[in-house]
Amino acid sequence: MSLEVSVKKKFKGFSLEVNFRTNGEYLGILGASGSGKSLTLKCIAGVETPDEGRIVLNNRVLYDSKKNINIIPQNRNIGYMFQNYALFPNMTAEENIGVGLKLPKKEKKIKTNELMKLFRIEDMGYKYPAQLSGGQQQRVALARIIAYEPDVLLLDEPFSALDSRLKSELHTDFLDLLKLYNGEVLIVTHSKDEVYRFSENLALIEKGTITGFGKTKEIFEKPRSLSEAKMIGCKNISQCSIKDNKIYCSDWGIVLEPKDIPENCSYIGIPSNSFEIANEAGINTIECKLINVVEEINEYTIAIENSNGNETKPIYFNINKEVWNNRKNKDKLYIKINDFYMLK
Amino acid sequence: MNWSPMVISLKTASVSIIITFFLGIFAAKLVVGMKSDKVRIVIDGVLTLPLVLPPTVLGFFILLILGVKRPLGKFLLEFFSVKIVFSWTATVIAAVVVSFPLMYRSARGAFEQVDKNLIMAGRTLGMSERMIFWRIIMPLALPGIASGGVLAFARGLGEFGATAMVAGNIANKTRTLPLAIYAEVAAGNMEGSYGYVAVVVLISFAVLSLMNYFTMKGSKYINKDELK
Repeated sequence: MSLEVSVKKKFKGFSLEVNFRTNGEYLGILGASGSGKSLTLKCIAGVETPDEGRIVLNNRVLYDSKKNINIIPQNRNIGYMFQNYALFPNMTAEENIGVGLKLPKKEKKIKTNELMKLFRIEDMGYKYPAQLSGGQQQRVALARIIAYEPDVLLLDEPFSALDSRLKSELHTDFLDLLKLYNGEVLIVTHSKDEVYRFSENLALIEKGTITGFGKTKEIFEKPRSLSEAKMIGCKNISQCSIKDNKIYCSDWGIVLEPKDIPENCSYIGIPSNSFEIANEAGINTIECKLINVVEEINEYTIAIENSNGNETKPIYFNINKEVWNNRKNKDKLYIKINDFYMLK
Repeated sequence: MNWSPMVISLKTASVSIIITFFLGIFAAKLVVGMKSDKVRIVIDGVLTLPLVLPPTVLGFFILLILGVKRPLGKFLLEFFSVKIVFSWTATVIAAVVVSFPLMYRSARGAFEQVDKNLIMAGRTLGMSERMIFWRIIMPLALPGIASGGVLAFARGLGEFGATAMVAGNIANKTRTLPLAIYAEVAAGNMEGSYGYVAVVVLISFAVLSLMNYFTMKGSKYINKDELK
């Protein structure tokens, strides 16, 4: 199974230009709102037409501007779950699930009942969408799409319409239900937690262009570029220059010494959990000034600054409450940086 | 009290609302589906114009088209021996022209309020455009369309200016309720118009109540518990 997408579409003040290819593993598309994620899905589903490009699903050309091919959405066989689920409010849950099925009445009934059982909504068939909870609506929406046996599943922010209190519970649930479907899945979201949980591969999208692509775990473990680091939520990023195997981080006024330096490293990112309190200065250990301590639920967020007196940007890190409170040297603060990203 | 104006008015309003209803929906569907914004603005302007023009101007245009000395009026008279002006048909035509924009605009608004995502979802689920229209757009737009229909009916019932221009004020033939009221008052017989006035007020009030009912019905799909 494969999906190949390369499309361009221009609007006033915004242009979309994305190219990617999937190979049957779940793909997450991560980006801020307004970055073109949903538009990309809509182009794949055929409810929006790109200005130019090519979309191929399992060797079937769905769209090709050069050859003037543009298959109507009805014939693309793509399951699209909309952000607010787009359940038809004038139809019951059961009618919603059966609406796209081209089967005789009896068989339709059997199939919808089967799906409702599978999705644990069998007692809600007679209810209208407005009478269902967010989680139930989500299941009806997924059942409705899977009933139609699509070649690929496009999920547009599947959790944004839900109460945050229930989200993590529903994540696990949803993942189980997704397993009922064996085909390509594309999930679009602005949440890095969701993307990490749901997708093996990850595409980062920023202002209409793809700025990173790779295995989800690898990108989260070791981002390679500035936009990847930003997207996974790295708070400490500085410009840098390299001299004699040492990295000078200009925003912070500190020097780091890595084992080896990759080519074209122009930014440094430090994850907020790779800091440690040290007793004395040393390699990758800086003497610093405490700026601020914010108490969170499980930890402290500490802001520090290089103590050499120059005006610099603060560095933020998280640390266990006990470790911080029981630190030995309270007059002077030495912080060791265990790990950092060298970014393009 | 002479009952003929009431019969004529109700007959006129009933026939004209049937024509206006379907014409208005059809026009609304056409305009909503237009791709070019410029064309849409122009067509919408033309279709809405009868709402803002004085009814006498509308009557003037109808006479311009259907008058016996005009090409179309002449043609109908010579080939079919049908004279439209100053006939009962003219009251219907006047009512249709005047009430059309109300129906058209209500239907258009109702169609445009249907969530585009629902239409897109229907497409990705393999529903044909026709099925999408009848099973999604129409049911969701129905409350708005129905209240537009009721409003257009009331407007047709109350039509005076254009009717007077194209159908005249012929007793037992084209004299509708508003014209009958005018005729009685003009003749200095205020008491004679009381009955007609009462009927018009009653029907208009009933119509407004019906409209409110349709609007309330429109919220059927909203979870009532959520509103509390």
